[in-house]
Amino acid sequence: MSTVNIKGITKVFPNGVRALDDLDLEIRDGEFFALLGPSGCGKTTLLRTLGGLESATDGHILIDNNDVTRTSAGARNVAMVFQDYALYPHMNVKENIEYPLKIRKYPKDERDRRVNMAAKALSIETLLDRKPGQISGGQQQRVAVARAMATTPNLYLFDEPLSNLDARLRLEARSFLKQLQRELGVTTILVTHDQSEALALADRMAVMELGKIRQVGSPVEFFHRPANIFVASFIGSTPMNLIEGVVEDKSFKVGDFKFELPPSVSKVANAGVKLTLGVRPEYVTIVKSSGPGVFSGKVKITENLGTHYLVLFDANETVVRGTVPDGAEPNIGDVVHFKPDPERMLFYDTNSGELI
Amino acid sequence: MKNPFRADMEKSSSERITSALFVVIVSLFFLLPIAWLFLAPFDGQPTYRLKLSDPSFNNFREMSQNPYAYRSLLNSAIFSAGTGLVIILIGAPAAYVLSRVKFKGRDVFLYFLLLFSSVVSGSAAMVPLFLLALRFNILDTYHGVIFILAGGLLPAAIFILKDFTDSLPRSYEESAKIFGASSYRILKDIVAPVIRPGLAVIFVWAFVQSWGNFLIPFIIIRDINKQPAAVMMYSFYTEAGDAVIRTVAAFGFLYTIPVLLMYFYVNRKYGFRFYGGIKG
Repeated sequence: MSTVNIKGITKVFPNGVRALDDLDLEIRDGEFFALLGPSGCGKTTLLRTLGGLESATDGHILIDNNDVTRTSAGARNVAMVFQDYALYPHMNVKENIEYPLKIRKYPKDERDRRVNMAAKALSIETLLDRKPGQISGGQQQRVAVARAMATTPNLYLFDEPLSNLDARLRLEARSFLKQLQRELGVTTILVTHDQSEALALADRMAVMELGKIRQVGSPVEFFHRPANIFVASFIGSTPMNLIEGVVEDKSFKVGDFKFELPPSVSKVANAGVKLTLGVRPEYVTIVKSSGPGVFSGKVKITENLGTHYLVLFDANETVVRGTVPDGAEPNIGDVVHFKPDPERMLFYDTNSGELI
Repeated sequence: MKNPFRADMEKSSSERITSALFVVIVSLFFLLPIAWLFLAPFDGQPTYRLKLSDPSFNNFREMSQNPYAYRSLLNSAIFSAGTGLVIILIGAPAAYVLSRVKFKGRDVFLYFLLLFSSVVSGSAAMVPLFLLALRFNILDTYHGVIFILAGGLLPAAIFILKDFTDSLPRSYEESAKIFGASSYRILKDIVAPVIRPGLAVIFVWAFVQSWGNFLIPFIIIRDINKQPAAVMMYSFYTEAGDAVIRTVAAFGFLYTIPVLLMYFYVNRKYGFRFYGGIKG
């Protein structure tokens, strides 16, 4: 049960790499928070700095309003689950879970009580005598979580805990983690490069790029209103359409196609300003005829997504993606007309990349 | 139609017989001395021939007449175990640091260490080593031999142990650190047990290397009561200069057994393998 306040944290490695750059972030009590970003964006460094494995070059970390920036890792009462689980191969499952409790000098009966409680919560009671090498990847992950849980930390730090599991097990483990976090109600920070994992698990999330936070919000906000072009291109299972054009006469012009700008945008964007239209393929649907606010072009590729088809078509040298319900898919080479839902169109300043 | 593979198969089976024969002959050639080593000590009238005509323990009885024989085996054990211990005590921490702390030129340093290690205990360094031992006043002492032997083996030991430590995932230590373990506890509870097979292998390796070393104790040790088995072996001659085959056979057998036992023990206990990280 903890809040985490990160204020102006900066981490510069001895080789000069600036992994965290004057970063601010607030994580609320009991929240499941996901840090998302491409590799090298600093998300793991941020997590390790929170855990005390890296020391910040500058800035402050407050857990429950206590400044822990210079506190040693062991004194922060946080628990970290590593990507490779870091189970000790020479100890059996019980000894692994018990080890942190031994370090903290809990008496024997208290240790047993906690081991049993954690093992029960993660349904690994039958594995207690086995060595980590003798159990499956999914079970190893549960043991790692049980070991973290037994210490009753104020904060859980998960470093890509699902990436070593195969696809099927990953979905199972994902729902399980979410449920467990709900039940425990302990603030949890998860690092992942998999956006679907972040969207599925997190109450709130942050996308990072080059040591900076690009957007913080709920998964729904991320999906519907990405704050900038970077986030827009990063989030979503099918990439968002990002189409560059120019403002002309209170409308957005791409080649021969014209789209009316919403008043909020036309107020601030003068004629000649370069904008980027962002719209998810899910909100670009087929219509019968061309006209204002409609893209027309030749179908290049169709992809079967199960209930829908993703259609890639060429609207005068601009590639646009739209979706069509299963059964109504056009043939390759057909001329089609697609209309983006005006309500779902987002306009970004092409130069700054920020949402208008 | 002719099977194109047929000719090949016939050729390969005849070839296989030839190569198998060749391998058998070569292995016999190398096995003969080893067989002699195990048969001659129990032969009543040992010669250089491979036979077991009159089995008895007389050879061992005769060897016991030599007052220095058993003593020298004990000395060998002291030299070897001492060297093994020094190697572990110095090599393991050094390897751990070299594995965990990155500094400029670390790999070059390691390779140079390895390159020059063969120089230190080689015959080229005999005179400087003797003079050094003289200055440090460690001539004719157990620890003098142990330090010189360990000095020669340490670089290779550090190099191999560093490899063992490298394959120990850092996350083991980091997770223990987050749980609040001190550096000492991390070393004692996590690092040492996980690399223990590596330590055992290095200990046995250092033991065997020292056990077989002739040159260093030959130079450093004067007192015959402190001579190890490898040096003692060369004193089993008659006044006429012929080898005393009875004693040499029995002594050679006793000299070989500890090394063999050690190998089997470590192989059985640790299997000369290593945990490394657990993959999910």
